[in-house]
Amino acid sequence: MIDPKELKYSRDDEWVRYDGDAVYVGITDYAQSELGDLVFVNLPEVDDEVIAGEALGDVESVKAVADVISPISGVVLEVNEELLDDASLINSDPYGSWFVKVGNVSEEVELLTADEYDAYRG
Amino acid sequence: MKLIFEKSIPGRGQDIFPACDVPEKLPKKDMLRKAKVNLPEISENEMGRHYTALAKRAHGVNDGFYPLGSCTMKHNPRINEKMANLPGFAKLHPLQPAHTVQGANELITELEEFLCEITGMDGVTFSPAAGAHGEFTGLLLIKAYHHDRGEAERNEILVPDAAHGTNPASATMAGYKSVTIKSNENGTVDLDDLKAHLGPKTAGLMLTNPNTVGLFDPNIMEITKLVHEAGGLCYYDGANLNAVIGIVRPADIGFDVIHMNLHKTFSTPHGGGGPGSGPCAYKDFLAPFAPGLTCKDGKEYKRAEKSIGNMTGFYGNFLVNVKAYTYLLTIGKDVATLAQNAVLNANYMQEKLKDIYPIAFDTTCMHEFVIGMDPIYRKTHVSALDVAKALLDYGIHPPTIYFPLIVHEALMIEPTETETKETLDEAIQAFREIYDKIFNAPDSVQQAPQTTPVLRLDDTKAAREPHLRYTFD
Amino acid sequence: MGTFIPNTKEEQIKMLKEIGYKDFDDLFKVIPDAAKVKGELKLPEGLSEIEVDRKVQGLANKNVVFRSIFRGAGAYNHYVPSAVDAIANKEEFLTAYTPYQAEISQGILQSIFEYQTMIAEITGMDIANASLYDGASAAAEACWMCKDRKHSTIYVSGAIDERILEVIKTYSFGRENKVELIPAKDGVTDKDALKKALEADDEAACFLMQYPNFFGVVEDAEELCKITQGAGAKFIMYCQPLALGLLKNPGEIGADIAVGEGQPLGLGLEFGGPYLGFLSTKEENMRSIPGRLIGETVDTRGERGFVLTIQAREQHIRREKASSNVCSNEAWCALRAGIYLSTIGPKGFEDVAKLCSSKAHYMAEELDKIGMKLCFEGEFWNEFATTCPDADKLLKALEDKGILGGLKFSCCGCEDAKEDCILWCCTELNTKEDIDEVIAVAKEVF
Repeated sequence: MIDPKELKYSRDDEWVRYDGDAVYVGITDYAQSELGDLVFVNLPEVDDEVIAGEALGDVESVKAVADVISPISGVVLEVNEELLDDASLINSDPYGSWFVKVGNVSEEVELLTADEYDAYRG
Repeated sequence: MKLIFEKSIPGRGQDIFPACDVPEKLPKKDMLRKAKVNLPEISENEMGRHYTALAKRAHGVNDGFYPLGSCTMKHNPRINEKMANLPGFAKLHPLQPAHTVQGANELITELEEFLCEITGMDGVTFSPAAGAHGEFTGLLLIKAYHHDRGEAERNEILVPDAAHGTNPASATMAGYKSVTIKSNENGTVDLDDLKAHLGPKTAGLMLTNPNTVGLFDPNIMEITKLVHEAGGLCYYDGANLNAVIGIVRPADIGFDVIHMNLHKTFSTPHGGGGPGSGPCAYKDFLAPFAPGLTCKDGKEYKRAEKSIGNMTGFYGNFLVNVKAYTYLLTIGKDVATLAQNAVLNANYMQEKLKDIYPIAFDTTCMHEFVIGMDPIYRKTHVSALDVAKALLDYGIHPPTIYFPLIVHEALMIEPTETETKETLDEAIQAFREIYDKIFNAPDSVQQAPQTTPVLRLDDTKAAREPHLRYTFD
Repeated sequence: MGTFIPNTKEEQIKMLKEIGYKDFDDLFKVIPDAAKVKGELKLPEGLSEIEVDRKVQGLANKNVVFRSIFRGAGAYNHYVPSAVDAIANKEEFLTAYTPYQAEISQGILQSIFEYQTMIAEITGMDIANASLYDGASAAAEACWMCKDRKHSTIYVSGAIDERILEVIKTYSFGRENKVELIPAKDGVTDKDALKKALEADDEAACFLMQYPNFFGVVEDAEELCKITQGAGAKFIMYCQPLALGLLKNPGEIGADIAVGEGQPLGLGLEFGGPYLGFLSTKEENMRSIPGRLIGETVDTRGERGFVLTIQAREQHIRREKASSNVCSNEAWCALRAGIYLSTIGPKGFEDVAKLCSSKAHYMAEELDKIGMKLCFEGEFWNEFATTCPDADKLLKALEDKGILGGLKFSCCGCEDAKEDCILWCCTELNTKEDIDEVIAVAKEVF
């Protein structure tokens, strides 16, 4: 299990988990509960560049779509194809449902600690 | 209720086609289909009952009040249908020689004159098949104009944040970047934000007026002037033309191009979601780019000199245009009475509900008004969706919900001019009763409807496990 | 004058006063005076229903309704069974709008779900959408579906109806993608040219062919499909739906997308519209389908029901990122198509296709006997091109007898370029006698 306390957070409601030189990115519990039942995700492709502060993909609920803003700049190493088959995983386990694994990280937006994020969204 | 496929019994059917009166001759065997095609095998009587049962599970304007905001669900006069079904129109081949379709082309020419007079524009193309198609057409005219002048670098279309979703989507289809302009606290265009975004990249502005919260923009002439000064053109989204028809002409207030939804303002039926017709009217300087073939002299079909091409295979939805023409013959020069009564009915309802429901922008509205349920939702957890569903049990089609996006928990109500005072009063009564229930018996609102053929449906399941067709054994 | 406003003038004034306005001018004072129309619009006086009826009938009577039609080229004179008009004109169907509120729109939703199923069946594809404006615009949308970040060039067969091509080009002017034409040779797509073009282009998104093509020829779709998909592009078939009663369908051929003009399925000629664009595809392309989709689900009691679904693709949610701005479909035309296909059933679907084929072949043979030769060698179904010594003269002679002859067109494939060409069309409505009459007129003329 992933401890949300160990993660870093962006003000756009994404979380970041460091794994050596690479990072995993997903959306927070707050984000998934605001969006409601998710039905689909659009993810980038491996080798795509992502840019901090710009959309790396989006998530769809029945009646809304929201951009997933990349908290970091880098190159996509892996995408979580499981989410393409079953977006409801994001609702049930937001911190286990990473969207992309990014390498060559060159830049990141200002990231908050878990406590700071809780205060920000609390 | 069963699907028609579930009523099918092998060997049953209907006799439509005669025996062949010439020797059977088919393309060679290896080109022929081997795959089985599952179509219903059903008698005419059973089929008739099936569709009658479906009709009973549909709600049209004829079934009851239909205040669906932005959609102008007014009465669809029967004479329109009768005229469109005349064999002299319905049985014309689109490629008949021009001299055999004089009446059809005369009708279109006259309808063009009517629509030019109503909008103040100089020409109309009937090529677009629906409103969004008309938007796309209008933007292509703007694009062709700028390209023709060597200003292809103008690649931005300004769209207010209250706009229909089709506006930015049409801009994208036309290859434009859409730039969102903020609304001010009054719900109309923020002039400072507009000015900040105008510049050498501006191709044009798309404006819905009255806007989607039902307000007439008091700065409209200033807005069009600013856009023109920046070298852009002004596009009028005529979806809400019913509010101002006969009272304001888009060309007079600085617009260069407009689409109209004949299935809204001009009373042609919506048909469960089409066919509509979305003619696009334009000023003279855009005429060289107009799409499609037209026959104005009764002799030959011509194409505009620098035409963008065509939007549909032939001349657009001709029979829908016949219906709109019939309607305009009926109304004639009294078109302003449509707007007057549409606006009156909307204000009447707004006034009679505003003591309990929060009105998004509490001022004189045009043909529609928006209730923002957010404060009530925060208190009670009864949402705009719940109110909409509760109206179903009163036999009323709910308003548009969750639009415009700038109002949270929006309910957008457009009564139209063809409703009586009694109908409005009944609807007001329904809204008031629901309001009481929100506070006294919220569950009953949250669990509505209870009287419809099906209860609330699971949209999430539908989207997560898409099932878009019947599967045969 | 006519009006559909029910409240009397007195009632209107009373309502105005009740909500605090003196009169309509007072109500409209939110509109700046400078923006208002000065004086009266130059429109005619409104008319009573009888006057309107008389005037519009007068215009209809100025048109010529041909008793016998041998012209197709995108609009086909098929029989419309009585049940289609009777059922479709039920006002619950006619006066409803897009089924946003599923609970009271099950009738519309289920009829479209059934239509989607029937279109998927006749084209042999997995899924279909709820319809698009017409065949040509559906073709343009289908081409766009094939575009991705690496593939954007649209290839179109030169044997396609130029009206379809024109709409594809118009959409492409907007969307800014390249459209390349693969030339036709002897009335069919030049396969070698297709192969060469696709192999040389890494960015080829799709190839679209017409089936049967504009000249009526049934092309070797399997081969074209193989070439296209072999080059990594998607294969789109623009089909005459009734031809699929007889011919191999897009599913059997392996096409990625099938589109076409649904007008033959229970819609009249209607001077070109409203018609019906149909679109079906493989399941894997579901999320790139433009327009409405109806899906099955359950209600809170577990009862089956239908809803608009996968809506996050669409303009009202995705706005500028939507793949298309389409919101209206042609639901009422789709309803007609559903009733039509239910009426004729699987047997009628095959029978009508056989009738069309047999009559067209009979006519071609008879024309051949009087020297009007087929322009092309390929197999055909219900349309075919022949030479004609003087098309204008023949068509005029036919018109004088109330017959709409074939379409004169310029064709570069004929051996004898001095002759005109006519594209003929037969349907189940053309009897042997009608055909023989055309032959008799031709004999008189030449």
